[in-house]
Amino acid sequence: MNPRSVHDIVAFCQELFDDLDFTRAREWKAAQPGRGVIGYMPVYVPREIIHAAGMLALGILGGGADLEVIHGDAYYQSYICRIPRSTLELAVTGRLDFVDGMMFPSTCDVIRNMSGIWKLMFKDKYVRYFDVPQNFKDEVGGVFYENELRELKEGLERISGRKITDEQLNQSIAIYNENRAWVNKVYDFRSSFPWKAPSAEVYLLMRAGMVLPPEEHTLLMQEYIAAAEAENRPMRDNCRVVLTGGFCEQPPLPLIKSLEISGCYIVDDDFMLVNRWIQGDVETTGDPLRNLSRAFLHHSGQTAAKYEPYMDVKGKYLLDIIRKRSADGVIFSAASFCDPALLDQPMMISRVEAQGIPYITLQYAENSGQMQPIREQSGTFADSIKLWSGV
Amino acid sequence: MSGAEVTKSNSQLIQKAMISRNYDRITSGECKVSSTFVPGNLNELLMCFDIANNLPEINAIQNAMRKKSGDMIQEAERSGHSEDVCTYVKADIGMMAKGNIAPNGKPFRDPDMLLLSYSGCFTFMKWFELLREQYKCPTVMLHVPYAADGQPTQNMRDYIVKQLKDEVIPTMEKVSGIKFDIDRLREYLRKSAIAENNLVWMLEQSKRRPSPIDCYFGGVYYMGPIFTAFRGTDEAIQYYDLLRLEIEDRIAKGLCAQTLDGDMPEEKYRLVVEGPPNWTSFREFWQMFAEAGAVVVASSYTKVGGVYDYDGFRHDPDHPLESLADYCLGVYTNRNLPTRVDMLARNLKEYDADGLLINSIKSCNSFSAGQLVMLREIEKLTGKPGAFIETDLVDPRYFSAANVKNRLESYFQMIDQKRRAGGFVTGIAAVGA
Repeated sequence: MNPRSVHDIVAFCQELFDDLDFTRAREWKAAQPGRGVIGYMPVYVPREIIHAAGMLALGILGGGADLEVIHGDAYYQSYICRIPRSTLELAVTGRLDFVDGMMFPSTCDVIRNMSGIWKLMFKDKYVRYFDVPQNFKDEVGGVFYENELRELKEGLERISGRKITDEQLNQSIAIYNENRAWVNKVYDFRSSFPWKAPSAEVYLLMRAGMVLPPEEHTLLMQEYIAAAEAENRPMRDNCRVVLTGGFCEQPPLPLIKSLEISGCYIVDDDFMLVNRWIQGDVETTGDPLRNLSRAFLHHSGQTAAKYEPYMDVKGKYLLDIIRKRSADGVIFSAASFCDPALLDQPMMISRVEAQGIPYITLQYAENSGQMQPIREQSGTFADSIKLWSGV
Repeated sequence: MSGAEVTKSNSQLIQKAMISRNYDRITSGECKVSSTFVPGNLNELLMCFDIANNLPEINAIQNAMRKKSGDMIQEAERSGHSEDVCTYVKADIGMMAKGNIAPNGKPFRDPDMLLLSYSGCFTFMKWFELLREQYKCPTVMLHVPYAADGQPTQNMRDYIVKQLKDEVIPTMEKVSGIKFDIDRLREYLRKSAIAENNLVWMLEQSKRRPSPIDCYFGGVYYMGPIFTAFRGTDEAIQYYDLLRLEIEDRIAKGLCAQTLDGDMPEEKYRLVVEGPPNWTSFREFWQMFAEAGAVVVASSYTKVGGVYDYDGFRHDPDHPLESLADYCLGVYTNRNLPTRVDMLARNLKEYDADGLLINSIKSCNSFSAGQLVMLREIEKLTGKPGAFIETDLVDPRYFSAANVKNRLESYFQMIDQKRRAGGFVTGIAAVGA
């Protein structure tokens, strides 16, 4: 079979992205008796355990720009972000009826309380609020987290009807190690050749990883990098920016496209942190739950949903990314009413300002429709960087 | 009516004096001070180190009731804080920007430590990260896991106890220079439990008809000592003894609930209220209820610091650290939505209420996210009508008196209609011990 072109790969990813019935995941489940699907919301869940239970970890990132929210608005006040209402819309319209359980990570109070809504409204489903430690010592937060992981494992064993052995879990960890390595390669590739890997494409490629099994997603990324390297695309006179703050409710795809059209190459972002939350490989020998725990405690990413115990380290991850990606500036891009991102933003801005790094802030909802103001703002930002930052 | 002199009971005056005394202590410079939060606070533990307790939510409330919070919030927004986020946080940050003056008119000293008791509210974590930027003092996190399945697990309890032993207590020892004495903690917890017994007795008196107290607007005064800096003290025991006598006297006289404008002449409606009150127009808000003859017989807000009447929690001197852990785990907003639904539905039945009113707060997703689902569930469970209003904690821009009043009037009419239609039966509610 001939390798697919970038166009074909992106078209495939776009199809997955547009499909709010999750046909691919439904087909995966139906293909073999005994398979199950566990939905999860941002920011992080240990997908390795779901995988080891023989289940598909399905990332639910809201309903996007095109879902008409009819029922969901009746469940949420106007001052609450959009992702819970569109996610609930997906559920009450039957689009998640094939999902055997949902996981709600400790991202914020809205996602947390969604776990209760699910318990009240979908009583036949497995519901897991997934807490992660905000204490990062092995003997304190580590012990708590290992036990939480054990409870999760036992819960998944119950609904999947199969015992998860250490060996299976270590195999799943290895599969996700490889997947994460390729995610990082895609990010590195985009940063090195942003004109060859436009952010809208990378975004769709990563979104595909929310609905595909990791093995398949890894192959897709390998295929994409090979195809994108071979593709001859013109380099634009864009500045390089890091986009931060969109780790939960996702911006509409046109927003990402608009930023690049207006002159900003996105050289890093935090859209789907779950796929590169753990930094480096998780150990694949020994006690897998302990290994997952240690990786979380000592080698995981930073985001506003996570406590930073040391003030002098606060924001360091962002400055490190800016340096690593040779970025010219930062776009703080948060969903409206997103408590973690918006409360964190002044602290992040102070770190960026202290380094004299240019930045702008913008807010969106997943269904924001007007891109012209965004284009004007980011275009002016790009121009100002080019004119005054010696780029 | 709003211009008339405020009528306060003896207990309310004493409560006010207690809160003032705590501000005097905090601003005196004569003791170490820790900022911490109301829900699940560790007052008894702080007392073991002679550390005074400064609660930024209470500061924001005090500023709101003095009509100062609006300017403070806008000050914070001008300095880059989003319009979309919690107004308690912005009132606090705006207060600092405006000179950090305490409600007693004296400047706050910078705290010696920040005790980030992260219980029931995500915003707390960011709030103290923001304060740490300003104060640059030792900051200790106590992560309280969310009781997502209704009951805390042993793993959660053990995690909290370990944090107390490994993080919180050593930090307090270092800040205060005082060695931890667990027997001192036991003694404070013993006193806490005594006051807590009277507190629960008080809460249950609104099962009577008429209710001698209002358990939302009035309730916030009664909760003051236990949820702030006095749990574990003799003062708190004395306060709740006195409150009990005061309520017993009201019962003997057959009085309706007391308001800031005197005793309600008649009790027409009995409500359960979910969500915090609005503080910027607190009196006006209360008057809307009182003028209609509506008394709040139970509210979730009087459980915001800790829940005592639902599953019988009391601080336990025999298991001091475990007991602190259970207190933190059990605060209302750390409980999952099905538990909140059960708690409110039980309140509606046991307190023989006419319905549930939700005051949904723009600032507070911990309370607000999911309230519309809760309303439906509770209506389904009890058959009693619910209503929904929207205000904010301390941002005056989000209190629309006309809208709130309209909604309340419509709600009371709905209750009347339901009564006429025989939709539900009212009767004498049983009163607990």
